[in-house]
Amino acid sequence: MSPAAAHQQRSESTWAAFFADQADRCRDPALRAFYAAGLPAPDTPLQDVPLMALDFETTGLDVHRHAIVSIGVVPFDLKRIRPSAGRYWVVRPPRPLDEASIRFHRITHAEVARAPDLDEVLDEVLAALAGHVVVVHYRGIERPFLDAAVLARRGERCLFPVIDTMRIEARQVRAGWWNRLKGLFSARRTSIRLADSRTRYGLPGYSAHHAKLDALATAELLQAQIARHYRPETPVGELWE
Amino acid sequence: MEAEVQEIREHLRHYPPFDRLDPQWLDQIAARTDVAYYREGSTIQEYGEPIDNLRYVRSGAVEVYRHNGELYNRIGEGDIFGHTGLLHNRRVRFPVRAIEDTLLYLIPADVFDQLCEEDDQFADFVELSGPRLKATVEQNERENDLMVSRVRRLLTRSPVNIEENAPVHEAARLMTEHHVSSILLFSKSDPDDERAFAGEEHGHWRLTGILTDQDLRARVLAAGRPGDTPLAEIKHDRLITIQSDESVYEAMLAMLRNNVHHLPVLHRRRPVGVVHLSDIVRYETHSSLYLVSNIFNQGSVKGLSRLMPDVRAAFVRLVDDGATSQMIGQAMSSIGRSLIRRLIELAEEELGPPPVPYCFMVNGSMARNDQTITTDQDNALILDDSFDPAEHDAWFAALAQRVSDGLHACGYPYCSGGIMATNDKWRQPLSVWRRYFTEWIDEPDPEKLLHSSIFFDLEAVHGEERFVEQLQDLVAERASHSPLFLAALARNALNRTPPLGFFRTFVMEKDGQHNNSINLKRRGTAPLVDVIRVHALAVGSRSQNSFERLDDIVKANTLPAGQADKLRYALEFISMVRIRHQAYDLKHHHAPDNNIEPENVSDGERHNLKDAFQVLSNAQKFLRFRYPMPTR
Repeated sequence: MSPAAAHQQRSESTWAAFFADQADRCRDPALRAFYAAGLPAPDTPLQDVPLMALDFETTGLDVHRHAIVSIGVVPFDLKRIRPSAGRYWVVRPPRPLDEASIRFHRITHAEVARAPDLDEVLDEVLAALAGHVVVVHYRGIERPFLDAAVLARRGERCLFPVIDTMRIEARQVRAGWWNRLKGLFSARRTSIRLADSRTRYGLPGYSAHHAKLDALATAELLQAQIARHYRPETPVGELWE
Repeated sequence: MEAEVQEIREHLRHYPPFDRLDPQWLDQIAARTDVAYYREGSTIQEYGEPIDNLRYVRSGAVEVYRHNGELYNRIGEGDIFGHTGLLHNRRVRFPVRAIEDTLLYLIPADVFDQLCEEDDQFADFVELSGPRLKATVEQNERENDLMVSRVRRLLTRSPVNIEENAPVHEAARLMTEHHVSSILLFSKSDPDDERAFAGEEHGHWRLTGILTDQDLRARVLAAGRPGDTPLAEIKHDRLITIQSDESVYEAMLAMLRNNVHHLPVLHRRRPVGVVHLSDIVRYETHSSLYLVSNIFNQGSVKGLSRLMPDVRAAFVRLVDDGATSQMIGQAMSSIGRSLIRRLIELAEEELGPPPVPYCFMVNGSMARNDQTITTDQDNALILDDSFDPAEHDAWFAALAQRVSDGLHACGYPYCSGGIMATNDKWRQPLSVWRRYFTEWIDEPDPEKLLHSSIFFDLEAVHGEERFVEQLQDLVAERASHSPLFLAALARNALNRTPPLGFFRTFVMEKDGQHNNSINLKRRGTAPLVDVIRVHALAVGSRSQNSFERLDDIVKANTLPAGQADKLRYALEFISMVRIRHQAYDLKHHHAPDNNIEPENVSDGERHNLKDAFQVLSNAQKFLRFRYPMPTR
């Protein structure tokens, strides 16, 4: 079953059921623990939800050809972001890193060569995510890459709902007849990339392309988006997908 | 170190008080920092709520209020708040609201406590107002040692160097290329040699000699040596050097003793420059002492006016030497007084002896000994009571005119308020002056006092000093017993108020309005001087200088504890910012003025100025309460 089909099968209301089912069914202890930690109910107000910003850097965008190079996580809630409680891992991809992506990531060959395989840190990563609602900027990377990597190493699926700050931004800048009209007539659409989105909320520019820094940047962006477009009482189920 | 810690640290280290912290401290803080976002218009902290971290504005801007809702401060990127609450029972003291979308860094309270405990500079900064200003002023005084000017101050460029095996024509070429009259000779050296130092390129070097223009003439051309003679062959046997932290005076003695005009200056073993005799001569010419003696050597107004650049250079040098505002004010006032004395002497030479005894009096800044570089003239003549206008006034009017014109020619422009001896009203016998002062004090009218308060700073410059002393006595005795006069004077001292502080490139007023620049005299030093004058006259002080007046006030013990010190630090700090900006203007060939643009105020200065403005503002509030208008 493809991840897309899996996603379709599990509508939002059944995420809790899926987690409970997986907690029973999985044989891998780390995955069992991850699922057993459960999820907040979809009607939980956002202000009460423990969140975890997650960012990967990968060797490319194709989940079948490319691999994860680094992982950053930063826990937060609507009041406070705690980078000091976050984690950062560099992992060695199964395929060698090409020059272009090294320049892009500022991670050196030596760092990668010394790094462990994802399998060695996977338990820690899953433990960090457990019990949190995951927040990413663009849901097409972290979830599918993690799912594929876990499947390859542990033979089981790793799926969970995510709040996607890019989707939230898309809804805001591209919603409404006026913006759609502008979109029709102007050559360039408003950018919803992380750095550009942040600018709209007065957030400072960071030197990007470091997984933990990007996770922090994503957490800041979500706080800003909620402050501007939603309420702390908004049910989490309205935002995750 | 992880990227986000690096990012936080990089930002912190540019802003006070973090800019002066040890790198280890910065690492520790950055690694513990949390982050929070606040939307424009949202409340960040409310009065009385618990607070467990120091808040640092990473981007955006916030407004800080007093408990009563009055605007206290508007702060932006790099500023902190919440420290007052952390220091006072961990409860918020000043409510804060985001006025732009704002990202905050939150530094945990335990890190804050540890910083306060272990870093005095940080502790001074977060303790509100008094200690911070005090620490800054005292540090400036400690760091600068006016009496000893170090020889390194005279160095304007790094030395030109050459290896001593090189031919003499190569040395001559280098000297010509760099427009220098001397070049230092080096040889490769053993690192163990006690005279060796590590060169910029690898290897150790030793200074072996100096070659001057004169040597090229005497030891090469006159001796008939060819251009390819190795430098080592013609160098002097003896090399005289001086350490960079020796005094200028020591350098001069070394030159005299050894009959040399060039002196290599070393920092430990490394040559850092060469001083020439002419550097020392130039330096000495700019000393205030030399200037004063030069004033008395001038035979004409023209000659005096030619000293103007020297006056400015002396001012700049005092600032560069790290003098306090009191020292600078004293020196500039002495120069101004010497100028007046010389102008009077020149006038008397032409006009003949005075028909009756008189005293030439100065008022305002010159009387207070706090002159800077931009100042107009305030003066008056007190004549003996035997003065007969019909018979004598022509002489005194002529004297006043000459002095006033002379001062104008020397860069002390005419007083726009007409406070000059050329004005008939201010050229009067002692008895009339006594009447003036008595009227001002006994029948005070704030309107009239506004124009005459400048006379309450008065000092004799030439002639019968006792005339001025008698007036000073009169003021000291009468003013302290006249609540009405003190109240009127106090009311006038409230006319000019300080701004709230700075926000980005603006001066922020109490009502939240913005201005592009601030007149530091009008909005800072002048009202402080006014406040101090009221307190001084109330205790019967005869001093004219604001700092000396503060000493008298402390002795009389009429102010709440610590108040006088706060005024002293505030006056010193604002004065020095004003003076430094004037020196900066002079150095960059701008006309110096009292206006300061916020973009030219450093972060450190901003915080201290804000505190100093607060001191002034509080002092003005206290004044209103301390010297109320008596109800008749």
